[in-house]
Amino acid sequence: MRRRPLNSVSPAAGTAIHVVFILCTLACVVPFLIVVAVSLTDERTVVRFGYKLIPPVFSTGAYKFLSNDIQQIARSYLISIVVTGAGTFLSLVLTALYAYPLFRKDFPYRRFFSVFLFITMVFNGGLVPFYILYTQYLHLKNSLVALILPYLLNPFFVIVMRTFLTGSIPDSLVESAKLDGASEIRILFSIVMPLALPAFATIGLFTTLVYWNDWFMSLLFISNRANVSIQYYMLKTMQNLQFMLSNPNVAFKVNKLAIPSETVRMAMAVVGIGPIVVAYPFFQKYFIRGLTVGAIKG
Amino acid sequence: MLAIPVVYTLVNSYFPMVGVIVAFKDYNFTQGMFGSPWSGLKNFYYLFATQDAWIITRNTIGYNLVFIALNAVVPIALAIMLNELRGRMMKKIYQTSMLFPYFLSMVMVSYLVYAMLSHGTGILNRSVLPFLGIAPVRWYNEPKYWPLILPIINTWKNAGYTTVIYLAALAGINPEYYEAIASDGGGKWKQIRYISIPFLQPLVIILTVLAVGRIFNSDFGLFYQVPLQSGPLFPVTNVIDTYVYRALTQTNDIAMASAAGFYQSVVGFALVLATNLVIRRINPERALI
Repeated sequence: MRRRPLNSVSPAAGTAIHVVFILCTLACVVPFLIVVAVSLTDERTVVRFGYKLIPPVFSTGAYKFLSNDIQQIARSYLISIVVTGAGTFLSLVLTALYAYPLFRKDFPYRRFFSVFLFITMVFNGGLVPFYILYTQYLHLKNSLVALILPYLLNPFFVIVMRTFLTGSIPDSLVESAKLDGASEIRILFSIVMPLALPAFATIGLFTTLVYWNDWFMSLLFISNRANVSIQYYMLKTMQNLQFMLSNPNVAFKVNKLAIPSETVRMAMAVVGIGPIVVAYPFFQKYFIRGLTVGAIKG
Repeated sequence: MLAIPVVYTLVNSYFPMVGVIVAFKDYNFTQGMFGSPWSGLKNFYYLFATQDAWIITRNTIGYNLVFIALNAVVPIALAIMLNELRGRMMKKIYQTSMLFPYFLSMVMVSYLVYAMLSHGTGILNRSVLPFLGIAPVRWYNEPKYWPLILPIINTWKNAGYTTVIYLAALAGINPEYYEAIASDGGGKWKQIRYISIPFLQPLVIILTVLAVGRIFNSDFGLFYQVPLQSGPLFPVTNVIDTYVYRALTQTNDIAMASAAGFYQSVVGFALVLATNLVIRRINPERALI
């Protein structure tokens, strides 16, 4: 038998800790498993017996029902992918363009532009002027631009990026590139950016998550079906079924069993969460690395 | 180079800052932000004459205080326990699964919560409560349970993330400190009390103070989408953010929305400045200003 390493917790305490974490793990994973199980259960069984972790009667009816709307679902996925891709890319460019001059010690207005950015961190105009700006002045209602623009520049990430550059790129490197006649743009893109890849990766990861998971901007600005993202589609599915069944007139007319509402809703959740589950192992690895490196710790 | 992001910031952030003047105007869409006639403090009189002003302030601050306490205590406890475990494999599994909810949007969370709380079919009403011999509860119509449900969901979603941050801080502690106490006969509790907690303290203070600075803001999705916008729950789920949103888009009451928004922005700003002063006292390097 192996000896206990020095100063480790007693076996009893160790077991207790494992029990705590097994419970936490179950609490975080089981709700999702239930959703998957319900989505694969026969609707009548669900209505009769309620949600169960293991489907008593297996059925793919909910997914068949959802497939009626496959065009909208595919389109919503496309919208989410386009918005997330374009948003993350542009936001990284903008962050770099702001962070780079702040990192250069020979840039004369560093202080001014730091403060200029900082003010936006501590004071914001709130929702109403923002909404008026986007709808009345920029006329972005129902435009995908309205989903991308609001999150393009996070001042916090600019600071993270600048701190990273200051810590990892020596001034002499920039100096020598300048002496060789490289333009500022060239220095930024061919010298600084490759060296700052870890910072870009971390910030890019966070930004991807922000765009992919956002539905608030859709709620504010999108009212046409064409530009409904997958998150917003999920929100609408939840609302519409809710609306339909809470309306007594509809409830009388429609045979509740005709629309597999409970299982369809859960199938929708699976369709929406799917990509997150698939990308999660990759994401969390870099995410934890980014956090532990201290880049994002603040 | 700087021109692009600066112009962006001017439009996206500074224009709405100037736009807070809407709160002092009798806004109409044809005359716009600058053309609409001034109305003095009228919007604020109306806002604070309603019961809503008190309810949304109470809910916003109340929930945030609970969240701040839970988001300090629970992750610290989890991080300290996780740090004691030796098996790398299990540690990794726990950490990975507990971080999972953090990656879900609030719309997705609302589905998971619905699976638990749905009146006719949810896990609680159909499996858990019958097992305990308790009558089913109409969760989405009963306000009294939500001051408990919302903090649980908030902790469930965010604890994993904060735990990772604390765990990283704990990993930075030299094991010799622990061994020194252990060789003096000090048990785990002593080590936690005299080493772990003091080491985490600066981080706890910073995170807490930052959260206090945002105490007038809420996670919109948690209060709007997770309770499925259920009307009977408004007394316990309406916060400043949801109030402003509903006044703006559902009742088209720009006057009320802008007054509440201004109230939120200005008090929030004051709180950020105040908390910054506190940070300055504790650790000047961490201060923002």
